[in-house]
Amino acid sequence: MISREEQEKYPAAAAPENPSAEIAAIVGVDHIRDAAASDAVAGVAPAKVIEPGSAVEFSGVLAVADRSGLAVLPRGGGTKSDWGNPPRRADAVVSTRRLNRILEHAWGDLTLSVEAGCTISQVQAALAEHGQRLAIDPLWPERATVGGILATNDSGSLRTRFGSLRDLIIGITVALPNGVLARSGGKVVKNVAGYDLPKLNTGALGTLGVITQAVFRLHGLPRESRSVSFGSNSLEKICARMNAVRDSNLSYTSLQVRASGEGNYRLDLLWEGTPEGIATQDRELSALTGDLQSADPDGCWSTRESLWDQKGAPRAVVKVSILPMELANFCATLESSCKAARSIAWEIVFQSPGVGLLRIEEDESRLVDTLTRLRAHAEKSSGSLVVLSAPPEIRERFDAWGDPSDALPLMRAVKQQLDPHGILNPGRFVGGI
Amino acid sequence: MEPKILAQFRALLPAAAVITRPEELYTYECDGLTNFRVRPDAVFLPSSTPEVQSILRVCHEHHIPFVARGSGTGLSGGSLPVEGGVVIGMNRMSRILEVDLENGIMVVEPGVINLNVTAAAASRNYFYAPDPSSQQICSIGGNVAENAGGAHCLKYGFTTTHVRGLEVVLPDGSLVHLGGKAPDAPGYDLCGVFVGSEGTLGIATKIILRLVKRPERVQILLAAFHSTHDAGGAVSEIIAAGILPAAIEMMDRLSIQAAEAAVHPHYPDCHSLLLVELDGPGAEVESLMAEVKDICARCGAWELRVAQSVAERAAFWKGRKAAFAAMGRIASNYIVQDGVIPRTALPVVLGEIERLSAEVGLRVANVFHAGDGNLHPLVLFDRAVEGQAHAAEELAFRIVELCVKAGGSITGEHGVGEEKKKYMSVMFAEPDLETMQRVRCAFDPLQLSNPTKVFPRPRLCGEKTGEYVPHPLETSGQAQFF
Repeated sequence: MISREEQEKYPAAAAPENPSAEIAAIVGVDHIRDAAASDAVAGVAPAKVIEPGSAVEFSGVLAVADRSGLAVLPRGGGTKSDWGNPPRRADAVVSTRRLNRILEHAWGDLTLSVEAGCTISQVQAALAEHGQRLAIDPLWPERATVGGILATNDSGSLRTRFGSLRDLIIGITVALPNGVLARSGGKVVKNVAGYDLPKLNTGALGTLGVITQAVFRLHGLPRESRSVSFGSNSLEKICARMNAVRDSNLSYTSLQVRASGEGNYRLDLLWEGTPEGIATQDRELSALTGDLQSADPDGCWSTRESLWDQKGAPRAVVKVSILPMELANFCATLESSCKAARSIAWEIVFQSPGVGLLRIEEDESRLVDTLTRLRAHAEKSSGSLVVLSAPPEIRERFDAWGDPSDALPLMRAVKQQLDPHGILNPGRFVGGI
Repeated sequence: MEPKILAQFRALLPAAAVITRPEELYTYECDGLTNFRVRPDAVFLPSSTPEVQSILRVCHEHHIPFVARGSGTGLSGGSLPVEGGVVIGMNRMSRILEVDLENGIMVVEPGVINLNVTAAAASRNYFYAPDPSSQQICSIGGNVAENAGGAHCLKYGFTTTHVRGLEVVLPDGSLVHLGGKAPDAPGYDLCGVFVGSEGTLGIATKIILRLVKRPERVQILLAAFHSTHDAGGAVSEIIAAGILPAAIEMMDRLSIQAAEAAVHPHYPDCHSLLLVELDGPGAEVESLMAEVKDICARCGAWELRVAQSVAERAAFWKGRKAAFAAMGRIASNYIVQDGVIPRTALPVVLGEIERLSAEVGLRVANVFHAGDGNLHPLVLFDRAVEGQAHAAEELAFRIVELCVKAGGSITGEHGVGEEKKKYMSVMFAEPDLETMQRVRCAFDPLQLSNPTKVFPRPRLCGEKTGEYVPHPLETSGQAQFF
């Protein structure tokens, strides 16, 4: 949060008299329009929607917004617009919709330069022509954009083997409120020149700048892949088997645990590699999972998306991050808290050992208590619980992020340096940033 | 240093943890890059986080620049002392604090030696993946500062991939915790920013490391080629086949000769050799190794050896890992560069290096991480011959320029440090560097932490409290106030 004193310390330059006109002059009158109801972000309605056609136009728009003190909400595909806290102010949504080009697929070098507005499906389709992929499987790939998944740090279940977005992004271009287009990283997979601003902007929810371009390292498409699923009515058993797999030297690509209030527990595993490698490993796996029932793996890697389905009852979807050995304990707390609160339903998908998405359907009055209890458990065991989607009444009473630790003043100082007037997604990030 | 200030430092530390005698300070004059030397005013050897905090508080009070130092193996002058400043040696903070193999993590102090992490994780078949060639001696703190790489980073990633969290003493002496044991801690990824910041943002005092499970099988192939061009072709084909080896290393004739003379790895007498290491499930490694051998043979390899034992595998690596040190066998001095190029530019850039080498009349040995395009050209020269040192520096710079022009980077793992800060403007535009320095200002507004490194021109931070006094750099026109 930028205090009044701080704002006065860095006074804005003379504000333009008519920022809309100035912005229209930059992007063209056809690319600035009045916002519709569907453009609201977590219940807060902006006045305008701006769609710049290039990175340079982006930096121009941000510079005008900065001088006028307009609160700007960057948007990609809009699939995760409500993640984080509701914005304190909202003047304009700036959309990356028109920045949708794949700039360079250097397939011989296994790198990709891409504009932020490209959808993940568009990217994967282009890469597949040369037998490659960006090794992520985020939510809603048909609509989610490169910029959006970076800002929200949504990697998916492939992170178990390939790491999350922070490990795959190697270069970035960011439009900043001071009108600068700043580039860092590069186009090669190995590079330690300068600060790692690709990582700084990954998961920053667009509060430090608008990502206009990114460069990624790529991986080959697997020669063969096979999913296997196991079921049990004992969560302890599922967690124990997950840990046995983790402790083995099996080379799996994804390892997922699913649990719900209905008492169905699943362990899903994705093999990728050569046919010989998969066949022998699958045999070794059965020795570890012998007492579990074989289940149908169909659709298990996209089941996360169904957590957002509206079924009538109020619901919250949160991201849980804990140590793998804590998974069973956390689920036990989850089960007992939900039982005590007489929750309507709950379901959790640990897309990798330690990072899970949880849906709870419950009466609003009790939901905050349940979330508070679960967050306390996660934070006590070195983890976190972050709200992704929730009804406005919950948002008001329960901060999306939780305890950002003693690093909050430093995070504010970084924000202050890059967005001194707090125009980017104000109030949506940790500690009111 | 003023005696009064020195007394203030002495009051904080045991006598043996304060070094001020000139002959003892010599040890700290330089790091692995020995052609830059600065004698520090004093060296402090703290044993705990509170000691580091109290040292930095005094530095902050008197605006004394400081440089943290691990084992001093860095190759870019990252821990070169700063004029009028102090060095903080982290070697006494060398405890492994927590080994949690069930969760695949370990918490260590910065002075812990890289290889000791793997040793402490071995009981459950875990290892610490980043493996710089100096891993027997380099410290984790130094690895964090430089975002150290190594041969196996091709598959496993760099230091930054393996650091989950940090305890950091900021330049004002305050303590912060960045990241954490579990992944995706809420807030900005300042842990990701700190790793590789070359000591310019503060001093790490605790590091949470992520460990990796050992693969079932490891196999290494040595392939001898008639030319680096043929070997480069094989690298491209292996990658194009969708195979991701754990490492692909290339050595040219000069570096093979030097390694042979120094550590006798019994390499074939060839113009270029590749070391290709595959790891993973046994059945997979075997079928892929057969493919890799086919590819190498097709690309002109005339000898193919697969190591048959752990000892033989170690021997294959020995020559490669000793390559820098072995240069002493064939030249009295050398400059090692660390440029990175897109893999596909390998044949062109190698040809161009050869041409430049002939033009200048200095030999250039090549030994590099071919899989990720990280070159380590070694420019050989003799300091005793007048003008050669200068010519070598010039040639090294032209090679770096070549890398950037090919779409690459000035440094893949050694860091910018003192040596390459003048190249930063070749790779980045002024707004890019200015933005990075804004981040620096958030961590270190007084610019005390390794202040003269990484950036070609320091940028003053917007400290506007009190009466404004122009910084000397500003009046001399070297820096600009924003």
